[in-house]
Amino acid sequence: MSEPSRTDPPQPNQSQRLLFEGGSPGRTGFSWPDKTPAVSESIPETYLRQEIPDFPELGELELLRHFTRLSQRNYAIESQFYPLGSCTMKYNPKVNEVVARYPGFSLVHPLAPPALNQGALELLFGLEQMLAEISGMDDVTLQPSAGAQGELTGLMLIRAYLSTRGNPRKKIIVPDTAHGTNPASSTLCGYEVVQISSNEQGVIAAAAVANAMDEDVAALMITNPNTLGIFEKNIEAVAEVVHDKGGLVYLDGANLNALMGIAKPGHMGVDVLHMNLHKTFSTPHGGGGPGAGPVGVKTFLRDFLPTPRIVKTATGYELIEDMPASIGRVRSFFGNFGVLVRAYAYILSLGGDGLEETSRMALLNANYIRSKLERHYQLAYNEPCMHECVFNDRNQHRNGVSTLDIAKRLLDYGFHPPTIYFPLVVSGALMIEPTETETPETLDQFIEAMIAIAQESRETPDLVKNAPHTTPVRRLDEAKAARKPVLRWERPEVER
Amino acid sequence: MLDAIGAGSVEDLFRHVPEKFRSTAKINLPDGVNELTVRQRLAALAAKNAAANDWDLYLGGGIYHHFIPSAVDAIISRSEFSTSYTPYQPEVSQGTLQVLFEYQTLICQLTGMEVSNAGVYDGASASAEAILMSRRIQSSSRRRVLVSRALHPQYRAVLATYLRNLTDVSLEEIPFNGSGTTDIDHVARQLNERTMCVLVGYPNFFGVIEDLTPLHELCQRAGAQLITATTEPLAFGVLKPPGAFGVDIAVGEGQSLGVPMALGGPGFGFFATQRKFMRNLPGRLVGETVDGEGRRGYVLTLATREQHIRREKATSNICTSQTLCTTAATVYMAFMGKTGMHRLAEVNVALAHEAYQRLIQYSKVEGCFTAPFFNEFVVRGKQLDEIMRRCAERRIMPGISLARWYPELPDCLLVCVTEMNDREGIDRLVRAISN
Repeated sequence: MSEPSRTDPPQPNQSQRLLFEGGSPGRTGFSWPDKTPAVSESIPETYLRQEIPDFPELGELELLRHFTRLSQRNYAIESQFYPLGSCTMKYNPKVNEVVARYPGFSLVHPLAPPALNQGALELLFGLEQMLAEISGMDDVTLQPSAGAQGELTGLMLIRAYLSTRGNPRKKIIVPDTAHGTNPASSTLCGYEVVQISSNEQGVIAAAAVANAMDEDVAALMITNPNTLGIFEKNIEAVAEVVHDKGGLVYLDGANLNALMGIAKPGHMGVDVLHMNLHKTFSTPHGGGGPGAGPVGVKTFLRDFLPTPRIVKTATGYELIEDMPASIGRVRSFFGNFGVLVRAYAYILSLGGDGLEETSRMALLNANYIRSKLERHYQLAYNEPCMHECVFNDRNQHRNGVSTLDIAKRLLDYGFHPPTIYFPLVVSGALMIEPTETETPETLDQFIEAMIAIAQESRETPDLVKNAPHTTPVRRLDEAKAARKPVLRWERPEVER
Repeated sequence: MLDAIGAGSVEDLFRHVPEKFRSTAKINLPDGVNELTVRQRLAALAAKNAAANDWDLYLGGGIYHHFIPSAVDAIISRSEFSTSYTPYQPEVSQGTLQVLFEYQTLICQLTGMEVSNAGVYDGASASAEAILMSRRIQSSSRRRVLVSRALHPQYRAVLATYLRNLTDVSLEEIPFNGSGTTDIDHVARQLNERTMCVLVGYPNFFGVIEDLTPLHELCQRAGAQLITATTEPLAFGVLKPPGAFGVDIAVGEGQSLGVPMALGGPGFGFFATQRKFMRNLPGRLVGETVDGEGRRGYVLTLATREQHIRREKATSNICTSQTLCTTAATVYMAFMGKTGMHRLAEVNVALAHEAYQRLIQYSKVEGCFTAPFFNEFVVRGKQLDEIMRRCAERRIMPGISLARWYPELPDCLLVCVTEMNDREGIDRLVRAISN
């Protein structure tokens, strides 16, 4: 692999213009020739505005160029290897995009009578069943829009259940390796957070949970495999400790891509979990959503699920709203239906065998990277890894090179960096999740780049510390952005 | 690869997972199928739905059938936008980041507000998050929330779910009056030194345009915040926006700005406020900065509000949001532009009012409310079931029956008319309802 250039000079005016910094009065991509009566004939003047000040006035082709050029300033799965740990950046099959755009899915209204949306309801009902089978749970709701909303929903279910037994309790136990959404969702559900430490093997010991566990604890939230990529081998014993004191076990299913065909969360003592369809089930991340965060439960929590529920009857699919114990709605309509269609198509494509193979290949790829890099980067924990592996920057730090520098240098080699500085228990963490959809050749290219950066860190550390050198912009001043936030364009004073 | 790892088989890689779990992990689902079969199966399911390419829809109620320029899907189908992650590495995410910066600006311009976040899940959770934000701003002695009954019923349901476990907050409902607007006198009576905020729809669930001037005066005098939730932001093409009235937080559903209906999701929630409340916002914010060579660029900013930094003390738990939908809205609003948004809103007003007049005049329904409306209105008619049946025979969905949410409006239909309904369509609707 050739070394990227380090001194490409910045092009003058390379910065993209904003939508508001060009155009001509009256220019638009929309036309509607018919005459219409003035709005003021229908709505009194006092309610009306004359125009939307400063809205864009651009033509169709210049807009297409604007957005196409902007798109070219992104890294994405379809242009770069994107081994972002805990994010499962796998290939998003194109057929899913085609089927989600069928008019029978994209042009249907959520408040049409259920009799006129039978295909959609059948799909949702089928997807609930598929996800229940994959996760080993008894029932599933598809309403939550993303993983964090799934967590909130799951905790609300736990709270509602405990309340019917007389006491919602006060605390949620969260391991130090947890995603930040776990404690944030707990607070939002009215709980205090008790953080417990993982042990020297990177997992939660039953004793640590027993120490923190009392009758004020509503639930333990656990991620398995955890964010170190390590299987929580004590999970059954941990669950028993929690259950013995009347608490429930919540599983953050962000890492389900490691488990299909290997272990079902429903068999580990888990009472509630969420799954991220935009991770394991291949729906595209879209630069930060939309995703979907379905929640699976054991039977005893079924009555608390959000309304409406879809039921299958002799005459078709119906919606049940009347569920007195339900926590209510967590989202309008049916959740992110378009995402659910894509996930349904994905599961149909792969089938049970294919999903099992998916996890096996995800493990193979992660272990391959781990074994090839462990002589160059220090492993955070010398434990078997599942679908992702975590290194730290201790070897490179001797030369003043940090994880951030390594990440930025990877950009010069054309790779998206791993997740960095997470989990928080690892100082300078580099969390690498290759997923199953990468070829050995791509993995080798990435490994070569990582090894080259390790070498550069020793020999030419400044080259790494000043990276990236080849991206459309160099390192951005984040402190300045936060100190004096500029969150929107405004017309310069002189032009007003 | 196994040699490099030093494993004999792939199974060796997960032999440390307890045997008990491994032995019961088989996924009992049918075998996979090829792409052609996937398309055929999904097409068969899609064919069982009544889609708007085949039916005349007069359904709104929070999700709207609008024309979407072809360019919108062309842009958001670009995999550089659709297959990238949340822009944590700004040097290789300037595309997404600049789009979000433009989105924030467009939402500010549209709503007349000073700052906007990069979007949340939907209009309903945005309403709940707005109340949570008010809770962060207002003193702990103010915890009464007044919510208009004319706010979208699902938004009311979602915010009730979100607030149920926060025991310090109480929700109280404000009735609507015969004009279809929130009862201002009732608001005046209920406002006091313990009121945190007042939440109304603008336009409200009945399509009616609330008069925000007296509401804002009342709230300001009482020290309560005024929050508006909008299901149809196209209205701001012609209506004075929330910012013009001094609204504290303006939220809503953005689906009608270039996102297909798709059974109600994914769309996105927009969320805007005044500059002084910026640090209380939930969700992602994109800010402008410069790189080491002085070039303008964009980054995620004020992240110390967020869950990945602040954990249990974050302003919200939101992480993955609806970025591709806000991207679609950015492209849509840019294509419509200043003239297009105004013109399209005008067309909606004209067609909706024409349909309203003709329904009242020529069919057996009467108007339910008297206040001005944008592109949705409520009519009352006898034998609603019979009307629905007759319409269905002609592949028309004439509106949304309100009885399930409003027992006090038993024979009422919420009718929405957009640019997708032409005059011939309105003729068919009037004929179907009248005989």
